[in-house]
Amino acid sequence: MANLSLEQLTEQYADLLKELGNIGAGNATSALSQMLDLKLDMSVPEVRLLEFKNVGQAMGGADQIMVGIYLMVEGDIDGSMMFLLSSPSARHLVNIMMQTPDATGENFTEIELSALKEVGNIITGAYLNSLSMMTNLAIVPSVPYVAVDMLGAILSVPAIAFGTEADQILLIDTQFFSDVKLEGYFVMLPDMESYSKILSALGMGDHTIS
Amino acid sequence: MAEGKVTIIGMADLAVCTPPDGITTLGLGSCVGIAIRDPISKVGGLIHIMLPDSTAVANNKNIPKFADTGIEELVKQVVEKGALRSRLVAKIAGGAQMFAFQSGNEAVRVGDRNVAASLAKLKEMRIPVLAQDTGDSYGRTVIFYPETGDYIIKAVGKPEKVI
Repeated sequence: MANLSLEQLTEQYADLLKELGNIGAGNATSALSQMLDLKLDMSVPEVRLLEFKNVGQAMGGADQIMVGIYLMVEGDIDGSMMFLLSSPSARHLVNIMMQTPDATGENFTEIELSALKEVGNIITGAYLNSLSMMTNLAIVPSVPYVAVDMLGAILSVPAIAFGTEADQILLIDTQFFSDVKLEGYFVMLPDMESYSKILSALGMGDHTIS
Repeated sequence: MAEGKVTIIGMADLAVCTPPDGITTLGLGSCVGIAIRDPISKVGGLIHIMLPDSTAVANNKNIPKFADTGIEELVKQVVEKGALRSRLVAKIAGGAQMFAFQSGNEAVRVGDRNVAASLAKLKEMRIPVLAQDTGDSYGRTVIFYPETGDYIIKAVGKPEKVI
């Protein structure tokens, strides 16, 4: 069994991790696209190993107001999954779903938040299902939780969870966007043990990640 | 108040400054921002801690990540910069529960545990806590000016407050 640091994992398996993000986010993007009947594009996934103090700068700045839909992941893979939308994008999405084209602002009603959670549920489900099929690992998401707040505050939650084991955070994120105003991120955050399970499920050998 | 330079710190990060400068951290969620100051020399510092207790986890090399080791380090650095240890006072903010699941059992209420651990450490070090704005379910951006001791707190959709 080989020992891998987070840096080595990121370096040696960057392409593999990107491919996981690519397949997961590809499925999630097409689920979202079908649901809204909109054409959506996505970026090449980024595999980022971040110092905690730099987490806030990722994805557009710590004080940017975003809608975060957060699911804890259990089963063979533990960790979390986050679906992040810029506040105007979340408003746009809610207006399409609720057929309230004139609603504005970042104050969402309970029903609107509930709709956002449901979107999060469906598309993160698409992401995780494809990951599960590819790795043959059981991935069981929790019910979705939502927060509308500054990005730094939203990301503090998965960062703290990762921080109990590591001094950096490894995440796979993919940006999606459309020619109408819809943009956001899928962020996959397996814990360290789960990264080693993913590698071994894909035939990359046994590793301990520390 | 003279406008000085404002240093930005991230998670598990700290900084020390003197007037007219300030220190800010953007979007504190379940983390806690602890501001410490000597009101006479006006040397102060801010730390953004993520976890309550360095002794509870195996990987604890990152000093500013934890309330216990982080506050000790912050005190050490403000004293090195000219603050008098016995005059130090503190203000704290943050420790929110960003998502509803965090309101469950104690293990997941990391915001509350961060606040409790910060207060306990300050008490142990005999540093009075003059004010706090903690808990609840929203993120906070904070700015600390050691010159006045003003700890400015901004949250989405809420009026700015100074503690």
